[in-house]
Amino acid sequence: MEATAAVPQWRANLATIAALMARAKNELLRVPGAAIPGVLAPTIFFLGINGVFGALTQLRGFDTGAYESFVVPVSMLQGAGFTGAAAGVNLARDMEQGWVDRLLVSPAPRWVLLAGTVLAASARALIPATFVLAIALLLGASWPGIGGLLIAYLMVAAMAATAACWGSALALRFKSQSAAPLMQAGMMAAIFTTTAYAPLALLQPWMRSVAEVNPVTQVMDAARQGFLGAVTWAETWPAIAVLLGLIAILGAWALREMRRTAA
Amino acid sequence: MATNLRVIRALGMRSIRQTFRRPQLMAPILVFPTLLLAVQTGGAGGAVNLPGFPPVQGFLQFMLAGAMMQSLMLAGNSGGIAFAVDIEMGFTDRLFAAPVPRYTIVLGRLAGVAALGFLSALWFLAIGLAFGAEIHSGVAGALIAVFLVTATATAVGGIGAAIALRTGSASVVQGLFPLVLVVLFLSSAFFPVDLMIQPARAIAEYNPFSFIVEGVRTPIIADVDATDLLEALLAIAGIVVLGLVLSARALRHRLRTG
Repeated sequence: MEATAAVPQWRANLATIAALMARAKNELLRVPGAAIPGVLAPTIFFLGINGVFGALTQLRGFDTGAYESFVVPVSMLQGAGFTGAAAGVNLARDMEQGWVDRLLVSPAPRWVLLAGTVLAASARALIPATFVLAIALLLGASWPGIGGLLIAYLMVAAMAATAACWGSALALRFKSQSAAPLMQAGMMAAIFTTTAYAPLALLQPWMRSVAEVNPVTQVMDAARQGFLGAVTWAETWPAIAVLLGLIAILGAWALREMRRTAA
Repeated sequence: MATNLRVIRALGMRSIRQTFRRPQLMAPILVFPTLLLAVQTGGAGGAVNLPGFPPVQGFLQFMLAGAMMQSLMLAGNSGGIAFAVDIEMGFTDRLFAAPVPRYTIVLGRLAGVAALGFLSALWFLAIGLAFGAEIHSGVAGALIAVFLVTATATAVGGIGAAIALRTGSASVVQGLFPLVLVVLFLSSAFFPVDLMIQPARAIAEYNPFSFIVEGVRTPIIADVDATDLLEALLAIAGIVVLGLVLSARALRHRLRTG
């Protein structure tokens, strides 16, 4: 009788994450229509905000004349937020249908199950970001340069991971798709209570106070820097630190909820 | 007549309860427009200093009409989704088999949407007043705004009901959500038309929803203007007629094809 060689744990974990990501990819390929709202909504927001609020650049203190360049990172991050929240909604649906119960009795570590969902959301968020970026460039937004582009995409992917942790924690907490508005509203609030519409100095006093303490403001500024000027490490590292912190906190919360669910 | 009114009332109440029980239906009507009102007021509030911006007490006062418009359009969309869910689950078929006129089934749904429109108008007026916005035309102005919002919600609900009846698919009606955003952004809901960027400005000038927004906004930021009011009423009438024609055709189609 031939003995089966034991698969190293790390390789089994990677295979599980890859399988969960492939499942998310299959969902996208088999129901392409499901991805349309996630792509359309940030694009419409970009076109709408640009067309409606473009005159804000005439205000004294607005440091750019091209509102499309100012707003494109907002819509890219908004697409990431929606995509991450959608991962939470899908997880809630999987819970309602009993699929998550089957996952939880598997020998895979809990963090691996969460990582599959989160990384799939990160990868998926690049689709609306690319679509919005292409539209923005066609409309005359500044080319951010390779460095600026890479940083913007890094922010998008990490923001989607943050949103996916948030959405997953809520899905595991409420075990129902009814929590979807909370997942989306939370992300919407986090992204828009920043310098989304105007520079800090031009925000209303209450919004300025909120934006100053909202950690996503750092992410917004980092994603935006290439579109408005030079890319600097000083403007990049705070955003990386914020996103790592948010992923750690929200990921820990999601894992805690997952352990409670399994208990 | 009295029986028909009872049916409409019962279905309308059911529609309202359904919305309040499902956060997915309620959130787009109140939560998201309130959130957007807050972030747009806080983020773009400096716009009142732009040359050409109409005289207003503050950006919140200006934005109230836009928030109401967003809320009522999403109420119409949510009403359509709930109607389509009823069709998918066979509830509407059971109503069709009941000894009540078919139009009462549609009107019952619209009564629910109208009630939600009414509630949203009250909600945003209350928010405005709570955060310091004045209703320039006073009680009369507030009543005009509430009436126009309720009437528009009913009109938009008619289009939502028509699409639900025609397609019988909640996901198709839900897929119209981005279209609601397009219509809103291409109107004067969030900014004065004269300050918008082309081509949004050109489209907003002729968008019937711009006339409705101005009809709702004028009594909030200024004195009641008969021309604005008349234009708003005409725009609502046009949407009502469109909704009625589409609903009647969709209802006939559904009864014919099952």
